[in-house]
Amino acid sequence: MISIENISKSFVLHNQGSAEIPVMQGASIKVAPGECVALTGASGAGKSTLMRMIYGNYLTASGRIMIGDIDVATAAPREIIQLRRRTLGYVSQFLRVVPRVSTLDVVTEPLRATGTPRAAAVAQAKVLLTRLNIPQRLWQLSPTTFSGGEQQRVNIARGFAYSYPALLLDEPTASLDPTNRATVLAMITEAKARGAAIIGIFHDHAARDEICDHQFDVTQFTPGLAA
Amino acid sequence: MSDYNFAYLDEQTKRMIRRAILKGLAIPGYQVPFASREMPMPYGWGTGGVQVSAAVLTPDDTFKVIDQGADDTTNAVSIRRFFQKTAGVAVTEATSQASVIQTRHRIPEEALRDDQIIVYQVPIPEPLRFLEPSEVETRKMHALEEYGLMHVKLYEDISQHGDIATAYAYPVKVEGRYVMDPSPIPKFDNPKLEMSGIQLFGAGREQRIYAIPPYTKVVSLDFDDYPFQPTKADHACDLCGAPDSYLDELIVDDVGGRMFMCSDTDYCATRRKQGHVGAQGMPYEEDAA
Amino acid sequence: MTPLLQVENIAKFYGARIGCTDVSFDLYPGEVMGIVGESGSGKSTLLNCLAGHMTPDRGAVRFDTRAEGLRDTITMSEPERRMLGRTDWAFVHQHARDGLRMNVSAGGNVGERLMAVNARHYGDIRAEAIDWLGRVEITEDRIDDRPTAFSGGMQQRLQIARNLVTRPRLVFMDEPTGGLDVSVQARLLDLLRGLVREMNLSAIIVTHDLAVVRLLADRLMVMKDGHVIETGLTDQVLDDPQHAYTQLLVSSVLQV
Repeated sequence: MISIENISKSFVLHNQGSAEIPVMQGASIKVAPGECVALTGASGAGKSTLMRMIYGNYLTASGRIMIGDIDVATAAPREIIQLRRRTLGYVSQFLRVVPRVSTLDVVTEPLRATGTPRAAAVAQAKVLLTRLNIPQRLWQLSPTTFSGGEQQRVNIARGFAYSYPALLLDEPTASLDPTNRATVLAMITEAKARGAAIIGIFHDHAARDEICDHQFDVTQFTPGLAA
Repeated sequence: MSDYNFAYLDEQTKRMIRRAILKGLAIPGYQVPFASREMPMPYGWGTGGVQVSAAVLTPDDTFKVIDQGADDTTNAVSIRRFFQKTAGVAVTEATSQASVIQTRHRIPEEALRDDQIIVYQVPIPEPLRFLEPSEVETRKMHALEEYGLMHVKLYEDISQHGDIATAYAYPVKVEGRYVMDPSPIPKFDNPKLEMSGIQLFGAGREQRIYAIPPYTKVVSLDFDDYPFQPTKADHACDLCGAPDSYLDELIVDDVGGRMFMCSDTDYCATRRKQGHVGAQGMPYEEDAA
Repeated sequence: MTPLLQVENIAKFYGARIGCTDVSFDLYPGEVMGIVGESGSGKSTLLNCLAGHMTPDRGAVRFDTRAEGLRDTITMSEPERRMLGRTDWAFVHQHARDGLRMNVSAGGNVGERLMAVNARHYGDIRAEAIDWLGRVEITEDRIDDRPTAFSGGMQQRLQIARNLVTRPRLVFMDEPTGGLDVSVQARLLDLLRGLVREMNLSAIIVTHDLAVVRLLADRLMVMKDGHVIETGLTDQVLDDPQHAYTQLLVSSVLQV
């Protein structure tokens, strides 16, 4: 499902003496449907950079990033938008939402964007919010004022609302209490079971060992860090 | 006669105005620019109408001037005398006997014939002006037949007054093409714009002439659910009893007494001569004193 | 898939000075494109060329018309272009007073475009106006008020209603949130976002506010000195800018 071949990237900081910082060199990963791969490596090794490259958020200098039959490295913006709508989900570390939009609308949006009727989308969102222990009295409020843990759970509900064939998870269990952590791990396991290809960053080692099939140390592809 | 050229204007100017009139007749409702001259009267007193009249008058014509329907107001008398003096034409107050009628704000009640010309005095010829101040833009709107804005004006009327409150200068579409301001005639007169006579419109200050040829289709703009309705005071003339003429209301004392009478003085007088008597009227003979 | 708008090599010069040059892009149905750059970068010139308010010196702006498919709007006749301007196109001005008739009621402002395409039933026009005022969060009891009695944010929302009432397919916006208070901006952006999604609108938004494009635009075009210096997915351009000027632009935004 996800096939990364020999990708590289460097940042050029034009406004700081045109410093060129290579951050990725020759990375290759394959993730089959139903498989979960964990990215590992020290902080600054490029785990998040790699995730962002896969999501199309960062440009890729060379190599291929195939998600299904789309190459993110060369795809046109509208192809990436389509890909993000129907194929590739991303649960970031922080919730980024528009002010004034209610929690329920935040969670239903990915479903609505793919044509799910409003009633069905709302029903699905309610199931997820209930499962993640977001109290019902908060559903009509904007999550901007929620606590860190609540925001993270809303973010997860949103990321899991639509059944993406490929998923990127950035620290999904950070700042969660044990009950909710278990729920999230169960949801990831279910996603695997339905055939989703998952790439994740987990600082929570126990969680990583529990759900990941492979580990992939990005340090080996970080110029200057690789041994 | 006088030392003036016939009908005051020089022949070159009259030719220029006639060309504008002919163009106007060829393109019904289209505003033809013309080089309006200074006339010996202030703008707003009918300088456009006077120039058009001067260009169409011939020595054999019989001239009539009406102001708000009346032949005997200052404005009507002045213009009539002006052409008596400068053109030496015959004048009349009888609609049926006139060959050229200059009018301000009315169309005579009596239907005009195909050997008659009516000349309207026009203050602001551009019907779109109140909503679109740019002349460049309004000309373009006419050229491209973009007349939605005209309905915005009528919409505003209904939303503010519950009905189309525009009572005069009610916009019309001429022969399915140009939207035109019929000059400030009451909308009661709008149906008469489809007539046998030639209708010419002159705006002196704004330097525009336009025309409606005989038997041209003239439609008053409206909405499907608020159709055009020519309105008048719900009354009959108190002098001649006419139930179907446009009426002026006159306050006759300070205890609420009032009377309605025909705004068309010739029409009213003619009826009274024929023996019609209204509610407050007296038989014609006795009134003569 | 046919692009809704196909822009090819547009250039506009003011004498020897470049307004904008070498601009080409395709815009697809439902796509929102942001154009950012500082004052004088040519973004407004470009928008005016695209929307038919200005004739470019060269290039083509092809629009996918309902009747005849892609047509160059620069060479089409003026009546056709003006017809597009009041049916399939909409233009939201920075200053609401440029896009509204200030001496006409809110209802009349919204109804004008309907009447321009021959709506002649007062009741229907009014019902449609009420519906649209509601969509932009203006209550029905303000329908007969003139825009002069409205706040800046309300005027801007009224302008949007007036533009969208004929269900256009392409909306041009010139700094739609410029000059508004921050709280009013947020509400307007949220509203625009909802309408764009709901009506599957395509839009081209010119702004110097990066937060606006982050929220509204799928794609971004960065302009400097009349040239397009960078294009791409909005979040990609903002998070991983390639060009020196874009990096400066992004890093200059104050974090709250």
